[in-house]
Amino acid sequence: MRAYLRPDGRKGIRNVVAVAYLVECAQHVAREIWWPHRGRGAHLIGFGGCYPNAYAFRMMSQLCRHPNVGAVLLVSLGCESFDRDALARLIRESGRPVELLVIQDRGGTRPTIDAGRAWVERSLDALGRAPRAEMGIHELIVGTICGGSDATSGISANPAAGRAFDLLVQAGGTAIFEETGELIGCEHIMARRAARPELAPELIACVDKAARHYATLGHGSFATGNAAGGLTTIEEKSMGAYSKSGRSPISGIIKPGDVPPAGGLYLLDVVPDGDVRFGFANINDIAEIAELIACGSHLILFTTGRGSVVGSAISPVIKICANPQTYRRMAEDMDIDAGRILEGKATLDQVGREIFDHVARAADGEPTASERLGHQEFALTYKSFEPLGPACLPRAVR
Amino acid sequence: MTAAPNATDPRLLRLSPEDNVLVLLAPVAAGESLRIDGRATPMKSAIPLGHKIAARAIAAGEKILKYGAPIGTATRDIAAGDHVHTHNLRSDYLPGPLEH
Repeated sequence: MRAYLRPDGRKGIRNVVAVAYLVECAQHVAREIWWPHRGRGAHLIGFGGCYPNAYAFRMMSQLCRHPNVGAVLLVSLGCESFDRDALARLIRESGRPVELLVIQDRGGTRPTIDAGRAWVERSLDALGRAPRAEMGIHELIVGTICGGSDATSGISANPAAGRAFDLLVQAGGTAIFEETGELIGCEHIMARRAARPELAPELIACVDKAARHYATLGHGSFATGNAAGGLTTIEEKSMGAYSKSGRSPISGIIKPGDVPPAGGLYLLDVVPDGDVRFGFANINDIAEIAELIACGSHLILFTTGRGSVVGSAISPVIKICANPQTYRRMAEDMDIDAGRILEGKATLDQVGREIFDHVARAADGEPTASERLGHQEFALTYKSFEPLGPACLPRAVR
Repeated sequence: MTAAPNATDPRLLRLSPEDNVLVLLAPVAAGESLRIDGRATPMKSAIPLGHKIAARAIAAGEKILKYGAPIGTATRDIAAGDHVHTHNLRSDYLPGPLEH
């Protein structure tokens, strides 16, 4: 695979100029800057809150320094609380070109849009000359998520994605699965896969926290569409979602923004710590994808039964369709037809290998279905986290 | 391929040997008869792809097993071949989808 070599030594599989708004009030201007360049590698990300939030700052700092990102334009209104100078400094220290435009200092909407568009134009041209380097599968980080799940997700696409994860981990790569609220009911089965004995209780504690969080809020990670698709309980949805993790030992637990220290399989804990605040743990699939990417994911495997159409800013999304009826209706949005497993036309192992091969091709630059359709979704909200416990990570260093 | 006397219809998937529910790999119409462990079982209602039916009679209070794991508790007696869903199965963890 031919990667883009960043000045900090990390290797990316896409060459993105990120246009980032630092408060909702700057979004229109940032969007106008991004729009004409959206098909050429400019992506729009940002945080809408005015009140500061450590999690959102960490997410933004990790996303702006993601290996798929080569340059960053920050768009600030001027009076928001986001620490824009600290973010700009971190990006500069990573060796990436960064520009900070403050709308109130620039004289308003139009001068900022003009300056921003010119900067993005120059940066895209400069990034076209970014140095390239060979990249192996063992250097790849892949995240997985399921969305728009139905009862087929857990019997075709999810276990097939799990097989692909097994191949990735065997090759020395890094795999991340997440959404502890969708692991409720499988925590004890999962804990038996802990790579170290001290990790097992941490895995259970993670899921217990998610169960408490959802119980306090009075809802589960269970939408009406899930029931229409034949899923009845959160445990049932969980067992299906859990199969995305494959069969490798679990090397550690990470939280949003933590990059796994070595190859292996990691659980991303997305449920906030402390008292339940700020409403839903994840308001939608897009916010979870952003968290997987902030943990360094170069690529996302997205399994769907009902038929999700989303992609993402920064990292390509590979869509794996579980339901053969959905695939026939929405084939253009899908990369992999895992429903063939249900029709007896392919085995789990065959589709798992197909997903793994697709990952290698997408990492080498082949656009995914959502990229071809222009999807670049992004969402980031308020959360709070405590630092990881000492048992959560292996001692090995990447 | 001739079906063994205790065969189950190929449209039904048993994910784990101990499961007491089977998954439909294709939609079935009301009145259709599906073979479960050799016994012809009529479907009382139309059931979509991916939904579950009882592999045997299940008593109220019994755990429902899928993937070899409990996915909740039966809230009423369920006959073999009955659709198993929100009307007769509830979560042991969280309230399932609310019936509005």
